[in-house]
Amino acid sequence: MLYSDLPLLTMLIFLPMVGAFFVALSRSEKTYEKNVCNITLITSGATFLYAIILFLKADFSSEKFQFMEQATWLPSLGIQYAIGIDGVSILFILLTSLLIFLALCISIKKITFKLKEYCIAFLVLETFILGAFCAMDLFLFYIFFEGVLLPMFFIIGIWGGKHRVHATWKFFLYTLLGSLLMLIGIVCLYLEFNTSSIYALYGQNIELKMQYWIWLAFFASFAVKLPMFPFHTWLPDAHVEAPMAGSIILAGILLKMGGYGFFRLSLPILPEASQYFSTFIFTLSCIAVVYTSMIAFVQKDIKKLIAYSSVAHMGFVTVGLFTFTIYGMQGAIFQMLSHGLISAALFMCVGILYERTNSRELEFYGGVATILPVFAVLMMIFTLGSIGFPGTSGFVGELLVIIGAYQVSGWTALGLGVSVILSALYGLLLYKKVLFGSIKDTCKFLKHLTYGEQTILAALAVLIVIFGLFPQCILDLIEPAVKVILEKTEISTFSTMLNSKVK
Amino acid sequence: MTFLNVAVFLSVFLPLISSIYTIIIGRFVLGKVVAIHATAFLFLAAFFGWYVGVNFYIKNVAEIQIHLWQWIDIGFLTVNFALRFDMLTVVMVIMITTISALVHLYSIGYMKKDKTLDKFMSYMGLFTFFMLFLVASPNLIQLFFGWEGVGFCSYLLIGYWYHKEKANNAAMKAFVVNRIGDLGFLLGIAACFYLFESIDFKVIIETIPLVSEKNIVVLHMSVHTLMLVALLLFFAAMGKSAQFGLHTWLPDAMEGPTPASALIHAATMVTAGVFLLVRLSPLYEAASFSLEIIAIIGLITAIFAGTVAVVQNDIKRVIAYSTCSQLGFMFFSIGVKAYAIAIFHLVTHACFKALLFLGAGSIIQAMSDEHNMKKMGGLFKYIPKTYAVMWIGTLALIGIPFFSGYYSKDAIMEIVLVYGGTLGKIIYYGALFSIFLTALYAMRVMMLVFHGKIKAHEKIIAHIKESPMVMLVPLFILAIGSIFVGGILSVEFVNDSQNFWGRSIVLTSQLKLIEKVPHIPYIYLIPPVVLGFLGIIVGWLLFEEKFIWRDVFKKKLYKIHLFFFEKWYIDEFYELFICRPYQKIAMILWKKGEDTIIEGIGPKGISYIILKAGRLLSRLQTGYLCHYILGAVIGIVGILWIFLI
Repeated sequence: MLYSDLPLLTMLIFLPMVGAFFVALSRSEKTYEKNVCNITLITSGATFLYAIILFLKADFSSEKFQFMEQATWLPSLGIQYAIGIDGVSILFILLTSLLIFLALCISIKKITFKLKEYCIAFLVLETFILGAFCAMDLFLFYIFFEGVLLPMFFIIGIWGGKHRVHATWKFFLYTLLGSLLMLIGIVCLYLEFNTSSIYALYGQNIELKMQYWIWLAFFASFAVKLPMFPFHTWLPDAHVEAPMAGSIILAGILLKMGGYGFFRLSLPILPEASQYFSTFIFTLSCIAVVYTSMIAFVQKDIKKLIAYSSVAHMGFVTVGLFTFTIYGMQGAIFQMLSHGLISAALFMCVGILYERTNSRELEFYGGVATILPVFAVLMMIFTLGSIGFPGTSGFVGELLVIIGAYQVSGWTALGLGVSVILSALYGLLLYKKVLFGSIKDTCKFLKHLTYGEQTILAALAVLIVIFGLFPQCILDLIEPAVKVILEKTEISTFSTMLNSKVK
Repeated sequence: MTFLNVAVFLSVFLPLISSIYTIIIGRFVLGKVVAIHATAFLFLAAFFGWYVGVNFYIKNVAEIQIHLWQWIDIGFLTVNFALRFDMLTVVMVIMITTISALVHLYSIGYMKKDKTLDKFMSYMGLFTFFMLFLVASPNLIQLFFGWEGVGFCSYLLIGYWYHKEKANNAAMKAFVVNRIGDLGFLLGIAACFYLFESIDFKVIIETIPLVSEKNIVVLHMSVHTLMLVALLLFFAAMGKSAQFGLHTWLPDAMEGPTPASALIHAATMVTAGVFLLVRLSPLYEAASFSLEIIAIIGLITAIFAGTVAVVQNDIKRVIAYSTCSQLGFMFFSIGVKAYAIAIFHLVTHACFKALLFLGAGSIIQAMSDEHNMKKMGGLFKYIPKTYAVMWIGTLALIGIPFFSGYYSKDAIMEIVLVYGGTLGKIIYYGALFSIFLTALYAMRVMMLVFHGKIKAHEKIIAHIKESPMVMLVPLFILAIGSIFVGGILSVEFVNDSQNFWGRSIVLTSQLKLIEKVPHIPYIYLIPPVVLGFLGIIVGWLLFEEKFIWRDVFKKKLYKIHLFFFEKWYIDEFYELFICRPYQKIAMILWKKGEDTIIEGIGPKGISYIILKAGRLLSRLQTGYLCHYILGAVIGIVGILWIFLI
């Protein structure tokens, strides 16, 4: 067929970049703002649609990567531009393109200065994120993974809140530091095996000691990104200072890149090390769940509260991934997707309130439910999702991870399970303080939600409920990828067992 | 698909349809009209429930299963959502739909002044649906959906008047305390899956013999895994059924509208815990040590709640504690392996407790929203019909012969007697005491509310009038139920249990015990009834205002009275040892752990070191040529040193 030679995936990745280019071209005229908005929204919307088309066209039931593309890039080093997607990648691609589209929709009208730059930053960001989820080459992955930092740096630094400069630098340096260690790990791998193709490295027998060191290098990067306790302190600051759309992308997608990294690189390439360090990961995750849930409970800033709750939810992801059970791993991936939707929705809710009142203080609000009934219903759905209520997507991930964790260690399951109580505490507290009670004078004159805002929130709510009621459609996509990893790790653990016995 | 299947489907899903319908149509139509529609939906659901029940009974259908959809299928974990009706489910469905329909009808009258009646009806419908979904579930996870669903609706209904701070706090408390139990449920599911590799009830029950010897190491102790599963799920049941320790949410839940209390906190949701244990009766049968724990917790609850109920002044709280106490009866009934009898008591209790709650609602409305019984009195002249039905409810609650409560309570006491052993004896005497307390607090309510002098303000007295028919009819129906249900059902539930329950409940132990009942010396069967009457008489004397010794009693028993009145200080205990420390620790973690330690060692510390190091180094840049030359010389010497040696 004619189009079979087209680089379909590359087109997806660079579509937003092209949009950004056109945005950059637009000059100051009467219709300047309108043009910029239109181009941006059309581009991001088209990217989402295109991602859906790719999703429909491909067959993700097999473990093979789809839309593989390869081109020599740095011939002298043998580094390739290699991309391809499997069921897990396409889910994250869909999530990314959807969230960026929605985030732009909800925020673009409210940007008062440097609109053009704002749009460019987001479109470039989208390209980098999509690239990272498609990359099949370590160096390519690294470049996209790091590239994300730049636009995010500007988004927080320019359109952020009062203390944005401090938060930006903290975010930037923290993540960069971790990533540089990962770069060392990548170089080590490359030098050892002379290939940087991720797929080629799957199931390679890497010497144990080396695995441990490389694993730690990767861990440094992903643990900061995810973030795991105790590397999370950049997150609350960044969230509080970031503009609404920035928070949405940060919580909805950027955090997931850490989990994706663990899933795509650490687990399959370094299986023994991953198993060796699994107890370590469990411990950190359980601490994270309890510790951050407790801290979230006493926060006075709504955004900080949600930011800390994100860390707690990411604890489920790490535990799930490192259980090496099909339940835990699928649950972890599902949890990432679900948290992407839920946290994005929650940050939108906070953003909507913030626009109207210019306050993020919990004490500032009260009785909002009476004034904004639709908002109250939607926010209730998101809160329920966040506390893992059955029927929302939040429950599926948590249940599967707890089931998986129990297979490995009952104590880990208990540690995670406590979140059932603690999340209800902070989630309902937030809801109660903001929406219930008598109407405070400060929020007497809240403007109603616009139709646009209602539609966007409602769309997310519907997705959250649908994924909660019919999770199997997502799990079917995840399964092959998880099985590949499980098979690989089983083989490698089996071989190491043999080796140790021979010795 | 036969009509029976359709009926099964409709009986569960009509309340959901009602809920969605009311919330949508309520935007356009008057609340009252919507409420009538919702009630019609519920009566229809109840009709189908009864239809299914009658069919099951007549045609001896053992089980009907309607597949809904596959929720999850990965690895060994297959979760199918379905409606599985067996006799146990059918009994529950009839009970739930009927009481829900009556409460809906009652609410039309009770909530008529409420501006958001459609919302209220929608919540009630949703609640009913979740409850039905719970009892019809074929596996633990679907049951958990219903379990959380009813908890959430209860949260919504307790906090229905959400502008009241007290209602909000009560709602949140209910949700969080329930979630403590849910932790047990989730871990129970995980443990169950680990043990049985399935969460389907049928598979679990079939696999029990194969795994009954498995052990698991917890804290270096080998624990019987079945026991662990059983106890985890019991912990969940304790939360939902307000058993001692996790009961604190139930009295506070009375902040909600009274019809909601009648439906949720008396008849249906709080019995979900009992249902769960009975549903898994084979598991508990195999893990018999856990049964002893259940029995003891149930007994403690029965006595504790009884003592507290005797001294409370809020009429709804008295009934709430009474519910707690009666749930204790059901639990120790399960503890002595009389699962079917626990369900029997569940059904009769649902009848008379809903009656009492709705009656209380009628009183409260007559008294212009006054809850305090000390401010009532002498009402029997004003609201005679309510007075009459309240008497029926009270007598049924106490267990006076030939009222419903008598049959179920008597059956429990008989089984406890023949169960024997130390445990049996302890439970027997404990239960006797609890029965006496029951009579006492029930009489106290009647005396304080209906007899004696009127203490209400004149303005309130002017407004006292009997409730409208729309509220009285449900009361009458429930009153009839409270009189006859026990007698009618005792034949099927207890005497002919094997035929009736089929395989839905494990009956072997219960049947063995029942066989021994005729051999009990007659003398042991009298005390429960005698104590009931005694309680009535003592109550009558004690709470009669003219009684001479009242003041003497008051002085002598002041300390005990205070202890009971303060609910054994359990809320204070939790406040002092759990809530406040939690908040304090969280604060410390945030301020100290987060800001000082992690930040201090991490970002702040590193940036501080870098800054210091930079400052130190920058001192070298003095600008004096001689210093630079010195540096260069030291450098050259250093390099030479390295190369030469």
